[in-house]
Amino acid sequence: MVELTIDGVKISVPEGKTVLEAARENGIVIPTLCYEPGLSPYGACRVCIVEVIKGGSSSLEASCTLPVSEGQVIVTNSDRVKKARSVVIELLLASCPNSKTLQDLAASMGVNRVRFRIKDKGCILCGLCVRYCREQMQSGGIGFIGRGTSRRVATAFGETPKECRNCFGCEWICPVCERACLAGRLTNGVCGMCFNPTPVETCPVCIHCSESVGSSGHRVYW
Amino acid sequence: MKKIISPAELETFRTGILGKRDPNKTGLVTSVGTCGLSCGAGDVAEAIEQNLYDRGLSESVYFLATGCHGFCQIEPVIILYPEGIVYKNVSLEDIPEIISETVINHRIIDRLLYTDYVTGRKIIHEQDLPFYNKQKRLLLDNNRLIDPKSINDYIAVGGYSALAKILLSMKPEEVIDEIKRSGLRGRGGGGFPTGLKWESCRRAPSFDGVRYVICNADEGDPGAYMDRSLLEGNPHSVIEGMIIGAFAVGSQKGYVYVRHEYPLAVENLTVALEQAREYGLLGENILGSGFDFDIKISRGGGAFVCGESTALMASLEGGIGEPRAKHVHTVVSGLHQRPTNLNNVETWANVPLILNKGADWYTKIGTTSSKGTKIFSLVGKVNNTGLVEVPMGITLREIIYDIGGGIPGGRKFKAVQTGGPSGGVIPDNLIDLPVDFDRLVEVGSMMGSGGMIIMDDTTCMVDLARYFVKFLTQESCGKCVPCREGLDRMLDILNDITEGKGRQGDIELLEELGEIIKDTSLCALGSTAPNPVLSTIKYFREEYEDHIKSKRCPAGVCKALITFSIDEEKCTGCGVCIKTCPQMAITGEKKKPHSIDQEKCIACGLCRDVCKFDAVIVS
Repeated sequence: MVELTIDGVKISVPEGKTVLEAARENGIVIPTLCYEPGLSPYGACRVCIVEVIKGGSSSLEASCTLPVSEGQVIVTNSDRVKKARSVVIELLLASCPNSKTLQDLAASMGVNRVRFRIKDKGCILCGLCVRYCREQMQSGGIGFIGRGTSRRVATAFGETPKECRNCFGCEWICPVCERACLAGRLTNGVCGMCFNPTPVETCPVCIHCSESVGSSGHRVYW
Repeated sequence: MKKIISPAELETFRTGILGKRDPNKTGLVTSVGTCGLSCGAGDVAEAIEQNLYDRGLSESVYFLATGCHGFCQIEPVIILYPEGIVYKNVSLEDIPEIISETVINHRIIDRLLYTDYVTGRKIIHEQDLPFYNKQKRLLLDNNRLIDPKSINDYIAVGGYSALAKILLSMKPEEVIDEIKRSGLRGRGGGGFPTGLKWESCRRAPSFDGVRYVICNADEGDPGAYMDRSLLEGNPHSVIEGMIIGAFAVGSQKGYVYVRHEYPLAVENLTVALEQAREYGLLGENILGSGFDFDIKISRGGGAFVCGESTALMASLEGGIGEPRAKHVHTVVSGLHQRPTNLNNVETWANVPLILNKGADWYTKIGTTSSKGTKIFSLVGKVNNTGLVEVPMGITLREIIYDIGGGIPGGRKFKAVQTGGPSGGVIPDNLIDLPVDFDRLVEVGSMMGSGGMIIMDDTTCMVDLARYFVKFLTQESCGKCVPCREGLDRMLDILNDITEGKGRQGDIELLEELGEIIKDTSLCALGSTAPNPVLSTIKYFREEYEDHIKSKRCPAGVCKALITFSIDEEKCTGCGVCIKTCPQMAITGEKKKPHSIDQEKCIACGLCRDVCKFDAVIVS
C-alpha cells in the first residue's frame, strides 16, 4: 500500500494505481475527457492535470498517467490547476465548439468565453475510439494518421477496415459524439459501417448520433 | 582481414599502419560531407584524383576525401599537407593550377587564399585561420585526418584504443565512475549527467537481462548539423563510444536511430559497422574479451518529435512516433520495456576521448557545471558560418566576433537564437554571457543540440517567433491538446500581428498561453515550444508593440507593414530594379529617379537586394 495526500486528505491505495484512480476511489473529483476505465491511460487531453508538490516547487502532471508514490502531495484544485485547465478547455472548445460534453465541462469550470480562433474540426483527438477499438474489441480498425495539426483519426488507406465488426464502440465512447466517420471520403459516399448510410448534410463527420444536427445544433455559450 | 583478437594485437596492427605512413608525404585533402557535396566538392574530389593520376602523381601524392571540417563558408576547400595550405571555394578550373603550381612548384596561389574579415589579411595556413584559432577541436579535429570509409584511418589516429583499454583493464563500474567523474552531460539538449544515466541503466532490473543502448541521431533543429558531420566524418568514434557504453551498462544490442534525410551518414555508418565487425571490434567476443555487442541502424521518417526519447523508442518499436508520460524513465523501462540508455551522437563521441585521456584531463576544460567542449553550428547573419567546437564557458562575443568574424556588411548584431526551435533568443546586451548549460537556461534559452542562429537588425523578432512556432505546429506529434491546439492558436495570433491585424492584449494572451503550454504539455517538445515566443517578448516587447500599436515592422520584414519607396537623391536611374521587379511596379526613365507603384508592389524586397546605390527605402 502507498500512502499519499490529495487535497490535504491522507489516503492509502495499492501500489500501481494512478493518482486519478486513487482520487476517484476516495471521492475526490478530477474532470477527465480522454480517460475511460478499462482502457489504457493516454494523457492527451490534459484536462485531468493536478499539481504535484515537491519540496518548495511544484509541477503540473496529468493525473491519469501519474502513478501513485509514497509521500506524494497532490492538489487537484489549486488556482494554478484551475487556470491551466480552463485554458485547455478553451483550446478544446476552439477546436470542437459543437460538443455538448465540452460545453458542459466548460460551464462547470466557469469558462464563459473562448479567446482563440474557432476552427471546428469535429474531433478532439482524445484517442478513446482508437483505444476502444484496439483494446476492447481487439480490432485496430482505426488509428491516428498524420502529425501536428494534420493529425486525425482514420482507417488504413481510407478504406473500410476488414477488422471492423460494426460494434459502434467508437461512436459510443466518443466524448464529442463525432467519430471520424469516413462517409464522403469513399467512392460510393458511404463508409458501410453505419446503420443509416444517408449522410446528414449539415454535419460533415458524424451521421449516426442522436444529436448530430450539425454545426448550429448545439448551443454555443459565447 | 583476420579478426583482431586481443588489445595487444590491435596495438601491433596500429603500429603496422603507422609504420607504412610517411607524415611528411605531400597530400591533398578535400572535405566531401553533405555540406561540401552541395557546393560541388564531389566533382572537385574526382577532378583531383584524375589530375594526379594523369600526371603520374598518384604514388607520390596522397589524396584524402574526408567528412566536413566545419568551415562551411569556404567549401569546396582543398588543404595541402604537410604544410597545411588552405585554398577556399575551389572550382574545377582551379585544380590543374593547384597541382602544377602548389603541389609541384610549391608556389602559393594568392587568389584562392582566405581573407580575414577583421584585418583584411590573406591567410595561408590552416593553423592561422581565426575561425579555427579560438576553437578547441577535440571531436571535430579528426574529421580532417580520416577517410570516413576507412577504419584503418581511424585506428591510425588512435581509434579503438579506449575500447582496448577498458576491455583489458577496467570493470563496467569503473567505466561508469570515470564518466561520472568527467562531468560529461548529454549533448542532445537536456544536459543530463551521462554517468548517472549509465548507472541507473545498469542498476535497473531487466526481467530477461536484456538492455539496450541507443544513439540518437535524429537531429532535426533547423540550422543544426553537428551530429550529421560527426556521423559522416568520423562514424567510428560514435561506434567506439557506443561499445564502451554498452560494456558499462551491460548491453548486447544497440541501435543508431538516424534520420532518413541523412543518406551519407547512413552510408558511412553502414560501412563503418561492417568494417568494425570484420575487424572483430563489433559482434561476438570483441577483442577476445568475451563481451558481445552489435549495432543496428534504424532510419527515422524525419519527424522532429522522434528526437524525444520515448517517441524515438516508440518509433523504433514500429509504432507511431509519439511520446508517452515519462513517470517511469527510459533507463528503467524503455525500448521493448527493457532498461535503455539513450545518448546523443556528440555525447557518444566524447566517451572514447574521456577514457583515453582520463576524467581529470576532461574536467579541466569547461565551467564548474558543464565540462568539455560543445559543437555549435554557427549560422545566420555571420561572416564565417560553419561548425565550431568550443570549450564550455566561452562567451557569445568570442564565438560571434572572434570565430565568426562578425556580422556581414558591418551591420549591428541584434540577437542570437540558441537551442533551435525549443530554445530562445539572447539579445545583444547579453553578448558577454558565458555559454554553458545552466547560464543559457537562466536567460530563458537553452543549449539544445547546439544550433546558433545569429541575427542582425534586419531580422524581425515577431517574424522569427512566428517561423519557429510554425515549424513546431507542423512537427508536434499532435497527441496532447496544449501543444497541438495551443501552438496552432499561438501561430494564429502571431500571423495576425505580422499581418498588421494585431490587437491590444495579444501580447498578454501569448504570454498566458505560452506559460500554460509550458506547464501542461506532455513532453519536452511542448514544454519548450513557447520559448522562442516568450523570450522574444521578454527581450523585444517594444518590437511586438510597434507591430500591434503603430502597425510598423522596425526591421522591415513583415510585408503587410512595410512599404518600399525610392530615394530620389540616391537613385541614378540605372533601371536594374525595373527589370527585376516581378510585379512591374517600378517605372521611370533612364538616368532619372524611378518610383514604385504601391498598388502593385508586393513588398518582396527584390529591388532592395539588387540596388547598388541603397536607394530603396523600407518604411
